[in-house]
Amino acid sequence: MRKQHIGLLYTLPQILWLLVFFAAPLCIIVIYSFLKKGLYGGVEPQFSLEAYTAMANPNIVLVTWRTLKISIIATTLTLLIALPCGYSIARSRNQAIRLFLVIVPFWTNFLIRIYAWIAIMGNEGFLNDILRALHLTTESIQFLYNQTAVILVLVYMYLPYAILPLFSTIDKFDFTLLDAARDLGATKFQSYIHVLLPNIKSGLVTAGLFTFVPIFGAYAVPLLIGGKDSYMLGNIIADQLTKTRNWPLASSISMTVTVLTTGLVFLIAMRKPREQKQVFDVDPAFLQATPDGER
Amino acid sequence: MLRKGGVAARKFMPPGSSLSNVIYWVVIGFLFLPLFVLVLYSFNAGRQTTWQGFSLVWYEKLVMNSPELWRAFSNSIVIAFGSALMSTAIGTLAAVGTTRYSFKLKNLVSTMSFVPMILPEIVVGVSLLIFFAGVGLKLGLLTVWIAHTTFNLPFVYLLVSARLEESDPSIVEAAQDLGANEVQILFRIILPMAMPGILSAFLTAVTLSLEDFVITFFVTGPGGTTLPLYIYSMIRFGVSPVINALSAVMVAGTVLLVYPMRNFLKVFASR
Repeated sequence: MRKQHIGLLYTLPQILWLLVFFAAPLCIIVIYSFLKKGLYGGVEPQFSLEAYTAMANPNIVLVTWRTLKISIIATTLTLLIALPCGYSIARSRNQAIRLFLVIVPFWTNFLIRIYAWIAIMGNEGFLNDILRALHLTTESIQFLYNQTAVILVLVYMYLPYAILPLFSTIDKFDFTLLDAARDLGATKFQSYIHVLLPNIKSGLVTAGLFTFVPIFGAYAVPLLIGGKDSYMLGNIIADQLTKTRNWPLASSISMTVTVLTTGLVFLIAMRKPREQKQVFDVDPAFLQATPDGER
Repeated sequence: MLRKGGVAARKFMPPGSSLSNVIYWVVIGFLFLPLFVLVLYSFNAGRQTTWQGFSLVWYEKLVMNSPELWRAFSNSIVIAFGSALMSTAIGTLAAVGTTRYSFKLKNLVSTMSFVPMILPEIVVGVSLLIFFAGVGLKLGLLTVWIAHTTFNLPFVYLLVSARLEESDPSIVEAAQDLGANEVQILFRIILPMAMPGILSAFLTAVTLSLEDFVITFFVTGPGGTTLPLYIYSMIRFGVSPVINALSAVMVAGTVLLVYPMRNFLKVFASR
């Protein structure tokens, strides 16, 4: 047998599996999004753009906008918090323990963590109990079922997704460069902005994608933590599929989500190389050679 | 602009800036607060969240009086190991194929193996549900197993490929020179060399499967309730404090599982 064929043979089971259970279902969604809605769910075999024109419905436009807004806010907050955490782990002497502390909550079941926030923020929850015990309030305060709660829990859920890639990039960073920048007169803050940040861009991008993509497709968090004002695209898709039984519309919204997220990922993956350093145009070899550069 | 005594002074400073350390510990507090609250409530005698004394009654209920929960748990275990086995077998073979040989469709295979990972879960779930309805496959444990194998595949493929790329190709060449055939090379050289990668892929697949809620939610049917789905129905339709006891047990389980692996976490995190 030729070598070519052996290689193909090894990959054949995976190719077949993904063709049948990944590519085919996606193709069906694409096709369904261009068909007419069936009377009791399902579709009529008739070409139609209805599912796409239906997306101009003000309600769906509103939810799309809201989904974008929540995803951007939550991702930004997550990155801002995760960056110093990743840095602190990378510079710690006990990296293993510090990572362990991040990973334990991360590996605790997703729904258990959502439930925990309900137990904290609920009307009869932990927070209200404490407030009542301190006589700061007599009535229960409604913390749940609004956008702020959804964003808080989303940040909680995806923080480890951002901390881990940021840590692994920062860990590879040569910290003597920071010392060198300070010796050359930069303030601590300047050395972070102009030396550290440009060098860990790839980690920031990975962390951003790891948080943005799942948050954009969020379903369980807005369902259980949010109220009517925090419905996101994922919830609309599920409703169209299981309640309204408008499969073409569920398909066209799914298509939109798919194109937006994969488009974003490929766009970033394409333009990732080059354009590194330019911000602080100093030869790193020179910086490393400075006498004060050793840690 | 050399500051005098800079070297000496910095040697006594803690590594990393103090601000980032403070943020780190605040974040750890934030991450652990919900887990702490659950464990606390699990020992509460009362039904309400208000503290009414220490009790193990919810643990007793969890162990003795929750048959549905245990059925969901055993489904989860079956699905986790079943889908991890299948995806590890298929994904490992594919990784061997693409790292050892070059062939026409190679790039396509790698790209295709990567895409399911970047799609939002809801899209994977919805498309599989519509697909299963289309081909007339009854929803249940089988469809859950198929779905889990599918979303595990990219992770297995990536982890095993990464391991294989690190291994020394000259060992395989030496074996070939000494007359080993393809099957011998695969079972006696490549697979043993890739074993750490294969094991970590298998464990990752088990974890991902145990954790999954969204995709399972769409593709499950009668008899296919997994633990996350059961917890979901507990949250939605009347919370019993048994869920606190269950959570506490699961948190303890996670700690026991992760702690022995703490020294490998760095390797795991930098993947």
